[in-house]
Amino acid sequence: MSTIEKQLLASPRNRSYVLIVTAIVLLLFLWSLSVVSFKDVNQSGLKIAQNIMNGIIHPDLDLLLNVSKQSVLYLLVQTLAIAFLGTVVGAILSVPFAFLAASNIVPKPVSWLTRLLLIVIRTIPALVYGLMFIRVSGPGPFAGVLTVGLTSIGMLSKLYVDAIEELDTKVLESMTSIGCTTFEKIRFGIVPQLMSIFMSVTIYRFDMNMREASILGLVGAGGIGAPLIFAMNGYKWNQVGSLLIGLVVLILIIELISNKIRAKLIKG
Amino acid sequence: MYDKIFPPKQVVLPSGKVVLEKRSRTPLILLLMVIAIVWSVNMTGFDIKLLFRRIDQFFVIIGDMIPPKWSYFSSLWRALVATLQMSLVGSMIGALLSVPFAVMASANIIRNQVVVTVFKVILSLLRTLPTLVTALIATFVFGLGPTAGVVAILLFTISYVGKLLYEQIENVDMGPFEAMESIGMTRIQAFRYAVLPQVLPGFLSTSLFCFEGNVRYAAILGYVGAGGIGLLINENLGWRDYSNLGMIILALVVTVYLIEWVSEHFRKKLI
Repeated sequence: MSTIEKQLLASPRNRSYVLIVTAIVLLLFLWSLSVVSFKDVNQSGLKIAQNIMNGIIHPDLDLLLNVSKQSVLYLLVQTLAIAFLGTVVGAILSVPFAFLAASNIVPKPVSWLTRLLLIVIRTIPALVYGLMFIRVSGPGPFAGVLTVGLTSIGMLSKLYVDAIEELDTKVLESMTSIGCTTFEKIRFGIVPQLMSIFMSVTIYRFDMNMREASILGLVGAGGIGAPLIFAMNGYKWNQVGSLLIGLVVLILIIELISNKIRAKLIKG
Repeated sequence: MYDKIFPPKQVVLPSGKVVLEKRSRTPLILLLMVIAIVWSVNMTGFDIKLLFRRIDQFFVIIGDMIPPKWSYFSSLWRALVATLQMSLVGSMIGALLSVPFAVMASANIIRNQVVVTVFKVILSLLRTLPTLVTALIATFVFGLGPTAGVVAILLFTISYVGKLLYEQIENVDMGPFEAMESIGMTRIQAFRYAVLPQVLPGFLSTSLFCFEGNVRYAAILGYVGAGGIGLLINENLGWRDYSNLGMIILALVVTVYLIEWVSEHFRKKLI
């Protein structure tokens, strides 16, 4: 027996484990298949699908290109503003949460409790927050900003915490040893380490918030969502087409720009 | 451009050498941020005074949610299970379907540049569509109910897992692949034995992560009639029955936490 064969035989065998896990997953899958049924799919469904495609190919150009308050451009700008301001609010609110959840800064119970709170914040669907904030501020884009801000906290703090926990404390020690004050230590020891990661994470979240802001209109929190849903429920597919085209183009542009900036931030 | 308006500062080192220090761009970025913020505040009617005056309303609702109405759980768990089933079916089929898309979009496996670009564009277009919009379109085509939700989740999973998978495939070590081709294996065989083992753990881990996220998405899909617990959330919000809503949210938080815990366990094992 050659050495290669010996090595091959020496590799760990966990086939039974893999088989059991696969079997469990497959069983769960088969059991879950019961939710899918195609008995409601009929001729009208196919016709609607055809109409949708038709509307997207022939968008309502008038709606897409003019500049009044109902136009696609205005709605897109409003959505952008909601997402931007929401991200700013969320980023500011996330910083204290992140420091409270970092296990190398505060005692264990505090960090554990903050993490639990963050999980709760993250799990509640955005639409629920939207409806709650509408009671605070009335329907409109302001409620959207607050919702986007609150939903951002969950993810932003979690990623901020990762950055804080990986802080290089040697830098701080050496600064103490040469006699820096606390403020100097924060300004020149901590901020430079965290800033680029925080910014990169925040820009990524802004990207996601664009999508979030575009559906919040569903509950009356401003942005492009409401006209989109109304147009869909009214079967005005060419309006749907122009709204969707505008939204997709804007999101793609933002994704492109944000990827560029983040690549630059990470490479330095 | 920026360096021309604000010329770099000259610093003379003790050795007599002159070094140029570029001016910081922070003021410019800060100025742009302030302009963008002011403009957004005008655009959205952001009003901090109103917020402080009325924020208690927000906590009134939260106060109504506590304590949750425990007895409501008996009528809630079916919808919760349906939500989980929707996301499981959608994620699994979606993850499997994303494989051909990802392979077709990897520039190192497919030599034809046009095919690669077309599949990359398809994946990013799918990713930009908000899930609720796809779900609503799906309800028109597949009728009200969980099937529409499954379709929406499936499409999102294809786009998300597909993108991460083609990035992984493009980053694999192509050495083994070339070696296997050179000893006479077909491209498909070489892919199976050289590329697949390298990307499989990453693929499974991404799929699990996507499943976690999908449970959360599935919870709101009911809002547009695509099945699951969203329907109950919508009803109870409509009736302002906040203690029932509190129970739904509690059940969701516990479920999502358990799923995250299980999936994190397996993802750690994979990597």
